[in-house]
Amino acid sequence: MTNKKVKVATVSLAGCFGCHMSFLDLDERLVDLVEHIQFDRSPLTDIEHCSSDCDIGLIEGGVCNSENVHTLREFRKNCKILVAVGACAINGGLPAMRNHISLEDCLNESYVDGIGVENAQIPSDVELPLLLDKVHPIHEVVKIDYFLPGCPPSADVFWKFLTDLLAGVEPSLPYELVHFD
Amino acid sequence: MQQFIRQLAQENDFQATRLLKILRAIQARYFYIPKAAIEQLALMLNISRTQIQNVIEFYSFFHLEPRGQFDILISNSITDLMVGQAELINYFAEKLGVKIGEVRADGVVSLNNTSCTGMCDQSLAGLVNGYAITHLTKSRIDEIVENVNKQLPLDQWSRDFFKVEDNIIKSGLLLNETPIKGAAIKATFARGLMETLTEVEKSGLRGRGGAGYTTAWKWKYCREENADQRYIICNADEGEPGTFKDRVILNAYADSVFEGMTVAAAIIGATQGFIYLRGEYLHLYEKLEAILVERRAANLLGKNILQNGFDFDIEICLGAGAYICGEESALIESLEGKAGIPRNRPPYPVISGYLNKPTSVNNVETFLAAANIAIHGGEWFAAFGTAKSKGTKIHSISGDCAKPGIYEYPFGVTVQTILDDCGATDVLGVQIGGPSGTFISNDEFQRKIAFEDLATGGSFIVFNNSRNILDIVHNFSHFFAHESCGFCTPCRVGTSLLKKQIDKIVEGHGSAGDIVALEELCQLIKNYSHCGLGQTAANPVLTTLERYPEIYQSMLKKISYEPGFDLDKSLETARRLANRDDAAAHLAQVEE
Amino acid sequence: MNKSIVIDGKNVPFEDGQTIMQAATAAGIYIPHLCHNPDFTPHGSCKLCTVKVNGRNCSACTFPASEGQNITNVTQELNDDREKITQMLFVEGNHFCPSCEKTGNCNLQAVAYHLGMTDNHFPHFFENREVDASHPDVMIDHNRCIFCTLCVRASQQVDGKDVFAISGRGIDKRLVVNSESGLLKDSDLEATDCAAHICPTGAILIKRTGYKVPIGQRIYDHSQIDTVTLANEGASHDE
Repeated sequence: MTNKKVKVATVSLAGCFGCHMSFLDLDERLVDLVEHIQFDRSPLTDIEHCSSDCDIGLIEGGVCNSENVHTLREFRKNCKILVAVGACAINGGLPAMRNHISLEDCLNESYVDGIGVENAQIPSDVELPLLLDKVHPIHEVVKIDYFLPGCPPSADVFWKFLTDLLAGVEPSLPYELVHFD
Repeated sequence: MQQFIRQLAQENDFQATRLLKILRAIQARYFYIPKAAIEQLALMLNISRTQIQNVIEFYSFFHLEPRGQFDILISNSITDLMVGQAELINYFAEKLGVKIGEVRADGVVSLNNTSCTGMCDQSLAGLVNGYAITHLTKSRIDEIVENVNKQLPLDQWSRDFFKVEDNIIKSGLLLNETPIKGAAIKATFARGLMETLTEVEKSGLRGRGGAGYTTAWKWKYCREENADQRYIICNADEGEPGTFKDRVILNAYADSVFEGMTVAAAIIGATQGFIYLRGEYLHLYEKLEAILVERRAANLLGKNILQNGFDFDIEICLGAGAYICGEESALIESLEGKAGIPRNRPPYPVISGYLNKPTSVNNVETFLAAANIAIHGGEWFAAFGTAKSKGTKIHSISGDCAKPGIYEYPFGVTVQTILDDCGATDVLGVQIGGPSGTFISNDEFQRKIAFEDLATGGSFIVFNNSRNILDIVHNFSHFFAHESCGFCTPCRVGTSLLKKQIDKIVEGHGSAGDIVALEELCQLIKNYSHCGLGQTAANPVLTTLERYPEIYQSMLKKISYEPGFDLDKSLETARRLANRDDAAAHLAQVEE
Repeated sequence: MNKSIVIDGKNVPFEDGQTIMQAATAAGIYIPHLCHNPDFTPHGSCKLCTVKVNGRNCSACTFPASEGQNITNVTQELNDDREKITQMLFVEGNHFCPSCEKTGNCNLQAVAYHLGMTDNHFPHFFENREVDASHPDVMIDHNRCIFCTLCVRASQQVDGKDVFAISGRGIDKRLVVNSESGLLKDSDLEATDCAAHICPTGAILIKRTGYKVPIGQRIYDHSQIDTVTLANEGASHDE
């Protein structure tokens, strides 16, 4: 292993940050990890954009709006290895359960017809990202190199995956670490 | 309606095996199968309502919702597309005032696409209430629209619409013979049944549907199986796009086909035969029935045929729009009144077929050949063809050529010879054996039609240099996805994935990895599917990818990856609802 | 006199009439499968149990064992393709494990784990499928149906009823219920029926029982499907 630290960027798209929370469950192992890695763009650092030389990008959540597309592209462009983390990134997950309902019905229910809605109107502001018709897994928008299943993947999954990569071996997860739930 | 259905059920002896026939009658009368009819039939035929529901949903010509009084279907076979199907069906829709796939508000007419109707030499073709219409042009469409709007009953339409030509251009060994009315039966009994089987074996006759199983062996195994009843079935479910020779044989040589079935029945020991006629050939039904009546009158069918102590009769059963029923075990399921889902094998139909009795299913052309072999002997037939492929083969030739129609050649004929005869010039390639067969390029025209080189069920579609390979593949991929029975995972899901993947590439959204993904998917469908449909569904892609990789490559963008769905279109609803059209309200398909 | 076949180099005895799957299971060899269950007539539709018999692909659950068969079962090629077939099932339906009561007890999921599947590979269909919660004790979530017909067979062959059927063609296939309304509540199904319990996925569920066993303590949370299957199915056939 070289002295240069591996740059890791992370983001949550259409996700619940549960995967990030699970990552933090590494607890004291985080101390070992930061000996070898350095966080780049991530909710953990508040760095807004990826450096151009990121090594690993960890993506939580699926793609539900235009901003997600832009973010995902930024990651793909700047990270050598892009990883889909968790059920939502891999197959859309719970947010994709809205795919059975038309977007129009979703928005009307939320902003127009729903119980307790006041000042009923569908938000319209150039600052707001627009929603896609359907929530998509991230591999349908950019090329993905690895998938870490789980809702969320346990801290052990992150540990095994990252330590494998740091050790320069092809990451693999033992049976007990592969979960879709 | 109750009365009508009770009578129908009665006419069909309350037999569940006649379900398709009963449903055809209900569909014809009410333009759909009402729910009440399903409930009543379930009781009368003593089957579950779900079996009836499944049959209705499985076959394209049955509907749970009403179609128009005039239900018009336009063939979307590749040969129809080549004469401007897309433009003409849109013209039709516009003139009728109905959307494709829908029923007009007044309930008078409905319009939709349908798979190849077997009229590829007289495209554009279609069906009106199941009856074939040919040579559709804008002016003919105008006339049809007029008839429909006047609600003129079909029997008062000009016969010209329904004219179906035989177009026999080149006759050979079989087509030169006249229809056989008893001579083969006489010869068979005179020679002896086993001796005739030996002649059929000597002739080297192999199944003409394309698979090429030795006919005599099929009959022999069927005969040797211990059983109280055996069946002979003529497979006239000619659904392979580009094939129409069985239609012509049945129109011009039906007697010989029935005679062949009778000879086969005598040899295997069957007393009942069926001819499974594809629904698209409804126009032949009455004519064939009349011939059966004549044959019964002449004691060529029925009891004690020609005083040989042999009883046999033939029943015509119509399909209802399902390509898969050309597969012999799916056909048998369909004959039993069920959805056409291919069975697990073994056991093979010769051991356990119709109603689990030994059954020999043979192609129309096979019976035609067998009847002639019974008269003239095996040597007569085996003198033609190649060492491994004896006799002649009848081809349906269509596409870019001066003289489309029926051509009979001994096996071993080169593709070039056929192209010269049918007046094809500036040829890009030929689809041999239909979509499930092989696409050959113009480097390969010295190849031979034979089981050992280019095996075929008889479909021969010529494409000239103005045609686009990917348009052809696109059409075929959609065909297989539409016709997959859905039984097994690789075919059910795979053919739909393949359709999407081809669409992505054809529409210009493919990138480098997409060809790899395409090939991988093709191999999966080919290697793991349950039956011949799935195992050949990827052939259009595989055979063209092998020959024209550069055409596929040229469709790819020079990027590593592109989404498979239209990103900007996916924002359309949100844009409309938020009333936005600013730059941030759009997405580029690929990153700038 | 014992007849035998060879599976991955190992001699496996069989009796006449046995399928390759039966012979293998009895000998403690796991062949991945979803639509097969030794208690019912084989169906042969999922194609996960495809093995190479003398070089040719065959469905082990329907193909009869016979002398001279040299069979390969566990190879990289076969398992890679089985994984892709499993992925096809995942993208065809809507399988969101985190929100499914069956998670951890689901054979579809367990086969995916066994084959090392971590993603769905193909583009999702996201088909709009219904839920039938009309029955007081049993529900159908069509999003998770893989058309294995185990419920169809169980209802006919064990329960002596005819509650379920598969209807439609191709990708439009769907599970249908034999009742005039088409709803489960109007069918003969009872929660004690075999058909209500046989679903390998979370398509047919018994209500109010989903979380009796917490996630993390379920069948496949710690045991692989090969071990579980051989323990269950091997036992039911060793007489």
